[in-house]
Amino acid sequence: MNRFFATLLVLGLVASPVLAQDTKKEIQKYQQMIADGSPVELFELEGEALWKKPQGPQNVSLEKCDLGQGAGVVKGAYARLPRYFKDADRVMDLETRLLHCMTTLQGRSREEATKRVFGNENQPSEMEYLSAYVASQSRGVKLAAGNSHPKEKEAYELGKALFFHRAGGWDMSCASCHGEENKRIRMQELPVLSKREFARPIMATWPAYRVSNSQFKTMQWRINDCFRQMRYPEPKFASDATIALSTFLTVTAAGEPYRGPGTKR
Amino acid sequence: MAGPMKMRASVAGGFTEVRVLMTHPMTTAQSGQALHFIQNITVKQNGKAVVEAEISQAVSRNPVFSFRLKGGAKGDKIEVSWLDNKGETNKIETAVA
Repeated sequence: MNRFFATLLVLGLVASPVLAQDTKKEIQKYQQMIADGSPVELFELEGEALWKKPQGPQNVSLEKCDLGQGAGVVKGAYARLPRYFKDADRVMDLETRLLHCMTTLQGRSREEATKRVFGNENQPSEMEYLSAYVASQSRGVKLAAGNSHPKEKEAYELGKALFFHRAGGWDMSCASCHGEENKRIRMQELPVLSKREFARPIMATWPAYRVSNSQFKTMQWRINDCFRQMRYPEPKFASDATIALSTFLTVTAAGEPYRGPGTKR
Repeated sequence: MAGPMKMRASVAGGFTEVRVLMTHPMTTAQSGQALHFIQNITVKQNGKAVVEAEISQAVSRNPVFSFRLKGGAKGDKIEVSWLDNKGETNKIETAVA
Protein backbone atom coordinates (compact mmCIF):
# COMPACT_ATOMS: atom_id res chain seq x y z
CA MET A 1 0.00 0.00 0.00
CA ASN A 2 2.81 2.37 0.91
CA ARG A 3 4.61 1.58 -2.30
CA PHE A 4 1.47 2.29 -4.28
CA PHE A 5 1.10 5.62 -2.52
CA ALA A 6 4.76 6.42 -3.14
CA THR A 7 4.33 5.65 -6.82
CA LEU A 8 1.43 8.07 -7.00
CA LEU A 9 3.54 10.70 -5.33
CA VAL A 10 6.37 10.16 -7.80
CA LEU A 11 3.98 10.47 -10.72
CA GLY A 12 2.65 13.64 -9.16
CA LEU A 13 6.16 15.02 -8.99
CA VAL A 14 6.57 14.72 -12.72
CA ALA A 15 3.28 16.47 -13.32
CA SER A 16 3.52 19.52 -11.11
CA PRO A 17 6.10 21.55 -9.15
CA VAL A 18 3.48 22.33 -6.49
CA LEU A 19 3.07 18.62 -5.86
CA ALA A 20 6.84 18.29 -5.67
CA GLN A 21 6.80 20.45 -2.56
CA ASP A 22 4.03 18.32 -1.07
CA THR A 23 6.03 15.21 -1.82
CA LYS A 24 9.02 16.57 0.03
CA LYS A 25 6.82 17.42 3.02
CA GLU A 26 5.26 13.96 2.95
CA ILE A 27 8.69 12.35 2.89
CA GLN A 28 9.75 14.51 5.83
CA LYS A 29 6.63 13.48 7.72
CA TYR A 30 7.43 9.84 7.00
CA GLN A 31 10.99 10.32 8.25
CA GLN A 32 9.72 11.86 11.48
CA MET A 33 7.34 8.97 11.97
CA ILE A 34 10.03 6.32 11.62
CA ALA A 35 12.43 8.22 13.90
CA ASP A 36 9.83 8.27 16.66
CA GLY A 37 10.40 5.18 18.75
CA SER A 38 13.28 3.91 16.64
CA PRO A 39 14.99 0.74 17.88
CA VAL A 40 18.29 2.60 17.50
CA GLU A 41 18.34 3.06 21.28
CA LEU A 42 18.36 -0.71 21.76
CA PHE A 43 21.52 -0.91 19.63
CA GLU A 44 23.11 1.79 21.77
CA LEU A 45 22.38 -0.23 24.92
CA GLU A 46 23.76 -3.46 23.44
CA GLY A 47 26.81 -1.53 22.25
CA GLU A 48 27.47 -0.15 25.69
CA ALA A 49 27.33 -3.65 27.17
CA LEU A 50 29.79 -4.87 24.50
CA TRP A 51 32.12 -1.93 25.13
CA LYS A 52 32.33 -3.00 28.78
CA LYS A 53 32.59 -6.74 28.15
CA PRO A 54 36.02 -8.36 28.59
CA GLN A 55 37.00 -10.18 25.40
CA GLY A 56 39.94 -11.66 23.51
CA PRO A 57 43.14 -13.35 24.71
CA GLN A 58 43.80 -10.43 27.10
CA ASN A 59 40.26 -10.72 28.44
CA VAL A 60 39.83 -6.97 28.74
CA SER A 61 37.04 -4.64 27.70
CA LEU A 62 37.36 -1.70 25.34
CA GLU A 63 36.92 0.76 28.19
CA LYS A 64 40.56 1.86 27.93
CA CYS A 65 40.35 2.34 24.16
CA ASP A 66 41.60 5.75 23.07
CA LEU A 67 39.20 7.10 20.46
CA GLY A 68 41.16 10.29 20.15
CA GLN A 69 40.05 12.12 23.28
CA GLY A 70 42.16 10.07 25.69
CA ALA A 71 41.99 6.48 26.92
CA GLY A 72 38.41 5.53 27.68
CA VAL A 73 36.83 8.86 26.69
CA VAL A 74 33.74 8.12 24.63
CA LYS A 75 31.92 11.41 25.12
CA GLY A 76 32.31 13.55 22.01
CA ALA A 77 34.83 11.17 20.42
CA TYR A 78 32.76 10.22 17.39
CA ALA A 79 32.16 13.83 16.35
CA ARG A 80 35.93 14.30 16.03
CA LEU A 81 36.53 11.30 13.80
CA PRO A 82 38.11 10.49 11.41
CA ARG A 83 41.39 11.87 12.72
CA TYR A 84 45.09 11.15 12.76
CA PHE A 85 46.37 8.77 15.44
CA LYS A 86 50.02 9.00 16.29
CA ASP A 87 50.26 5.49 17.77
CA ALA A 88 49.11 3.96 14.48
CA ASP A 89 50.57 6.71 12.26
CA ARG A 90 47.41 6.85 10.18
CA VAL A 91 44.08 8.55 9.86
CA MET A 92 41.33 6.36 11.32
CA ASP A 93 37.57 6.42 11.36
CA LEU A 94 35.50 4.94 14.18
CA GLU A 95 35.46 1.33 13.00
CA THR A 96 39.15 1.37 12.13
CA ARG A 97 39.95 2.67 15.58
CA LEU A 98 37.71 0.08 17.24
CA LEU A 99 39.51 -2.60 15.26
CA HIS A 100 42.83 -1.13 16.40
CA CYS A 101 41.72 -1.38 20.04
CA MET A 102 40.46 -4.93 19.55
CA THR A 103 43.85 -6.02 18.22
CA THR A 104 46.08 -4.00 20.56
CA LEU A 105 44.12 -3.95 23.84
CA GLN A 106 42.19 -7.19 23.62
CA GLY A 107 44.94 -9.02 21.77
CA ARG A 108 42.61 -10.34 19.10
CA SER A 109 43.81 -11.13 15.60
CA ARG A 110 42.72 -8.87 12.77
CA GLU A 111 41.27 -11.92 11.00
CA GLU A 112 39.09 -12.84 13.95
CA ALA A 113 38.00 -9.26 14.67
CA THR A 114 37.02 -8.60 11.05
CA LYS A 115 35.42 -11.97 10.41
CA ARG A 116 31.97 -10.49 10.52
CA VAL A 117 32.01 -6.71 10.28
CA PHE A 118 28.60 -6.38 8.63
CA GLY A 119 25.76 -8.22 10.30
CA ASN A 120 22.24 -9.00 9.26
CA GLU A 121 18.82 -8.54 10.78
CA ASN A 122 19.01 -11.78 12.73
CA GLN A 123 22.48 -11.19 14.08
CA PRO A 124 23.91 -7.68 14.03
CA SER A 125 27.70 -7.40 14.15
CA GLU A 126 29.85 -6.29 17.05
CA MET A 127 31.00 -3.29 14.97
CA GLU A 128 27.39 -2.21 14.46
CA TYR A 129 26.52 -2.35 18.15
CA LEU A 130 29.71 -0.58 19.17
CA SER A 131 29.29 2.12 16.51
CA ALA A 132 25.78 2.81 17.75
CA TYR A 133 26.98 3.24 21.31
CA VAL A 134 30.05 5.37 20.57
CA ALA A 135 28.23 7.60 18.10
CA SER A 136 25.34 8.13 20.53
CA GLN A 137 27.81 9.63 23.00
CA SER A 138 28.45 12.51 20.58
CA ARG A 139 24.88 13.77 20.34
CA GLY A 140 24.91 17.54 20.38
CA VAL A 141 28.63 17.76 19.66
CA LYS A 142 29.61 19.60 16.49
CA LEU A 143 31.25 17.50 13.80
CA ALA A 144 34.95 18.32 13.68
CA ALA A 145 36.91 15.64 11.84
CA GLY A 146 40.67 16.13 11.81
CA ASN A 147 41.79 18.52 9.11
CA SER A 148 45.13 19.93 10.22
CA HIS A 149 47.71 17.12 10.31
CA PRO A 150 49.38 16.55 6.90
CA LYS A 151 47.98 12.98 6.84
CA GLU A 152 44.48 14.29 7.55
CA LYS A 153 44.82 16.77 4.69
CA GLU A 154 46.10 13.98 2.50
CA ALA A 155 43.08 11.82 3.42
CA TYR A 156 40.72 14.70 2.65
CA GLU A 157 42.29 15.27 -0.77
CA LEU A 158 42.29 11.56 -1.57
CA GLY A 159 38.65 11.29 -0.52
CA LYS A 160 37.70 14.25 -2.66
CA ALA A 161 39.51 12.78 -5.67
CA LEU A 162 37.80 9.41 -5.10
CA PHE A 163 34.41 11.08 -4.83
CA PHE A 164 34.72 12.43 -8.36
CA HIS A 165 36.73 9.56 -9.86
CA ARG A 166 34.79 7.57 -12.43
CA ALA A 167 35.65 3.89 -12.68
CA GLY A 168 34.21 0.39 -12.59
CA GLY A 169 32.03 -1.52 -14.99
CA TRP A 170 29.50 1.30 -15.24
CA ASP A 171 32.01 4.15 -15.30
CA MET A 172 30.45 5.74 -12.25
CA SER A 173 31.71 7.99 -9.51
CA CYS A 174 30.07 8.92 -6.21
CA ALA A 175 29.20 12.20 -7.91
CA SER A 176 27.22 10.36 -10.60
CA CYS A 177 24.44 9.97 -8.02
CA HIS A 178 25.44 12.58 -5.46
CA GLY A 179 26.47 15.40 -7.79
CA GLU A 180 23.23 17.05 -8.88
CA GLU A 181 20.55 18.72 -6.81
CA ASN A 182 16.92 17.59 -6.60
CA LYS A 183 17.54 14.01 -7.64
CA ARG A 184 16.29 10.98 -5.86
CA ILE A 185 15.79 7.25 -6.19
CA ARG A 186 12.20 6.41 -5.22
CA MET A 187 11.71 7.92 -1.75
CA GLN A 188 15.39 8.45 -1.15
CA GLU A 189 16.79 11.89 -1.81
CA LEU A 190 20.27 11.99 -3.30
CA PRO A 191 22.17 14.68 -1.45
CA VAL A 192 25.04 16.46 -3.19
CA LEU A 193 27.56 15.30 -0.64
CA SER A 194 30.41 17.46 -1.89
CA LYS A 195 28.40 20.52 -0.82
CA ARG A 196 28.36 21.61 2.78
CA GLU A 197 24.62 22.18 3.16
CA PHE A 198 23.81 18.68 1.89
CA ALA A 199 26.65 16.84 3.62
CA ARG A 200 25.79 18.31 7.03
CA PRO A 201 22.42 16.66 7.77
CA ILE A 202 23.61 13.35 6.31
CA MET A 203 26.88 13.07 8.21
CA ALA A 204 25.10 14.19 11.40
CA THR A 205 22.80 11.16 11.26
CA TRP A 206 25.11 8.28 10.31
CA PRO A 207 25.59 5.52 11.43
CA ALA A 208 21.92 4.69 11.24
CA TYR A 209 19.15 2.15 11.68
CA ARG A 210 17.31 1.11 8.54
CA VAL A 211 13.66 0.38 9.14
CA SER A 212 13.20 -1.31 5.76
CA ASN A 213 15.50 -4.19 6.71
CA SER A 214 15.70 -3.84 10.51
CA GLN A 215 19.45 -3.40 10.43
CA PHE A 216 21.91 -1.00 11.93
CA LYS A 217 24.37 0.27 9.33
CA THR A 218 27.83 1.73 9.87
CA MET A 219 29.62 4.28 7.69
CA GLN A 220 32.06 1.58 6.55
CA TRP A 221 29.06 -0.39 5.32
CA ARG A 222 27.56 2.68 3.62
CA ILE A 223 30.72 3.25 1.61
CA ASN A 224 31.16 -0.45 0.92
CA ASP A 225 27.63 -0.64 -0.43
CA CYS A 226 28.06 2.47 -2.60
CA PHE A 227 31.08 0.74 -4.13
CA ARG A 228 28.93 -2.31 -4.79
CA GLN A 229 26.20 -0.22 -6.35
CA MET A 230 28.79 1.43 -8.60
CA ARG A 231 30.11 -2.04 -9.54
CA TYR A 232 33.57 -1.32 -8.15
CA PRO A 233 35.72 -4.04 -6.61
CA GLU A 234 34.78 -4.43 -2.95
CA PRO A 235 36.80 -2.06 -0.78
CA LYS A 236 38.72 -3.59 2.12
CA PHE A 237 37.26 -2.91 5.55
CA ALA A 238 39.07 -0.02 7.25
CA SER A 239 41.16 0.63 4.14
CA ASP A 240 42.69 4.01 3.34
CA ALA A 241 40.20 4.57 0.50
CA THR A 242 37.14 4.16 2.75
CA ILE A 243 38.65 6.31 5.50
CA ALA A 244 39.60 8.98 2.94
CA LEU A 245 36.02 9.16 1.68
CA SER A 246 34.69 9.41 5.24
CA THR A 247 37.22 12.14 5.98
CA PHE A 248 36.21 14.12 2.90
CA LEU A 249 32.51 13.85 3.73
CA THR A 250 32.85 14.60 7.44
CA VAL A 251 35.19 17.56 6.92
CA THR A 252 32.70 18.90 4.36
CA ALA A 253 29.97 18.59 7.01
CA ALA A 254 32.07 20.24 9.76
CA GLY A 255 30.19 22.32 12.31
CA GLU A 256 26.90 20.41 12.19
CA PRO A 257 25.80 19.20 15.65
CA TYR A 258 25.73 15.40 15.65
CA ARG A 259 22.23 14.02 16.23
CA GLY A 260 22.54 10.37 15.34
CA PRO A 261 22.56 7.49 15.25
CA GLY A 262 19.81 8.20 12.76
CA THR A 263 16.85 6.25 11.51
CA LYS A 264 16.52 5.81 7.77
CA ARG A 265 13.78 4.42 5.58
CA MET B 1 19.11 -14.07 27.18
CA ALA B 2 16.66 -11.41 26.12
CA GLY B 3 18.10 -8.17 24.76
CA PRO B 4 17.59 -4.78 26.37
CA MET B 5 14.38 -2.80 26.76
CA LYS B 6 14.00 0.93 27.04
CA MET B 7 11.08 2.86 28.49
CA ARG B 8 9.96 6.41 29.06
CA ALA B 9 6.92 7.43 31.07
CA SER B 10 5.62 10.92 31.67
CA VAL B 11 2.46 12.48 32.98
CA ALA B 12 0.63 15.35 31.28
CA GLY B 13 -2.96 16.56 31.06
CA GLY B 14 -4.35 13.84 33.30
CA PHE B 15 -2.75 11.00 31.35
CA THR B 16 0.36 8.92 31.78
CA GLU B 17 2.15 8.33 28.48
CA VAL B 18 4.26 5.19 28.41
CA ARG B 19 6.56 4.40 25.53
CA VAL B 20 8.54 1.20 25.53
CA LEU B 21 11.04 -0.36 23.14
CA MET B 22 11.72 -4.10 23.16
CA THR B 23 14.47 -6.16 21.60
CA HIS B 24 12.90 -9.18 19.96
CA PRO B 25 13.37 -10.98 16.61
CA MET B 26 9.58 -11.45 16.16
CA THR B 27 10.23 -14.26 13.71
CA THR B 28 7.24 -15.20 11.59
CA ALA B 29 6.36 -18.53 10.02
CA GLN B 30 7.17 -17.09 6.59
CA SER B 31 10.85 -16.63 7.42
CA GLY B 32 11.50 -20.37 7.36
CA GLN B 33 12.88 -20.18 10.87
CA ALA B 34 11.26 -21.37 14.05
CA LEU B 35 8.35 -19.20 15.08
CA HIS B 36 9.48 -16.84 17.78
CA PHE B 37 7.32 -13.94 18.83
CA ILE B 38 6.03 -12.05 21.83
CA GLN B 39 2.59 -13.25 22.86
CA ASN B 40 1.75 -11.34 26.01
CA ILE B 41 2.51 -7.86 27.23
CA THR B 42 1.59 -6.64 30.68
CA VAL B 43 1.71 -3.05 31.89
CA LYS B 44 1.58 -2.47 35.62
CA GLN B 45 1.00 0.82 37.38
CA ASN B 46 2.23 0.71 40.99
CA GLY B 47 2.06 -3.07 40.90
CA LYS B 48 -1.48 -3.26 39.54
CA ALA B 49 -1.97 -4.65 36.04
CA VAL B 50 -3.60 -1.99 33.87
CA VAL B 51 -2.98 -3.44 30.42
CA GLU B 52 -2.96 -7.12 29.50
CA ALA B 53 -2.26 -7.43 25.80
CA GLU B 54 -2.04 -10.37 23.46
CA ILE B 55 -0.10 -9.70 20.29
CA SER B 56 0.73 -11.77 17.25
CA GLN B 57 3.44 -12.38 14.67
CA ALA B 58 2.10 -9.39 12.78
CA VAL B 59 4.11 -7.07 15.01
CA SER B 60 7.51 -5.94 13.72
CA ARG B 61 10.97 -6.87 14.94
CA ASN B 62 12.19 -4.76 17.87
CA PRO B 63 8.73 -3.32 18.45
CA VAL B 64 7.81 -0.05 20.09
CA PHE B 65 4.57 0.31 22.02
CA SER B 66 2.98 3.30 23.59
CA PHE B 67 0.17 3.30 26.11
CA ARG B 68 -1.95 6.13 27.38
CA LEU B 69 -3.08 5.49 30.93
CA LYS B 70 -5.76 7.52 32.62
CA GLY B 71 -4.57 9.47 35.63
CA GLY B 72 -1.32 8.75 37.36
CA ALA B 73 1.24 10.96 39.04
CA LYS B 74 4.92 11.69 39.02
CA GLY B 75 6.91 8.95 40.69
CA ASP B 76 4.39 6.19 39.88
CA LYS B 77 6.10 2.89 39.17
CA ILE B 78 5.41 1.60 35.70
CA GLU B 79 6.46 -1.93 34.83
CA VAL B 80 6.21 -3.46 31.38
CA SER B 81 6.89 -7.14 30.82
CA TRP B 82 6.59 -9.50 27.89
CA LEU B 83 6.35 -13.24 27.45
CA ASP B 84 7.04 -14.97 24.14
CA ASN B 85 5.98 -18.31 22.69
CA LYS B 86 9.22 -19.96 23.84
CA GLY B 87 8.60 -18.93 27.42
CA GLU B 88 11.32 -16.27 27.38
CA THR B 89 10.49 -13.14 29.25
CA ASN B 90 11.85 -9.70 30.07
CA LYS B 91 10.69 -6.65 31.97
CA ILE B 92 11.61 -3.07 32.67
CA GLU B 93 10.52 -0.69 35.40
CA THR B 94 10.68 3.07 35.55
CA ALA B 95 9.30 5.93 37.62
CA VAL B 96 6.96 8.36 35.87
CA ALA B 97 8.70 11.67 35.15
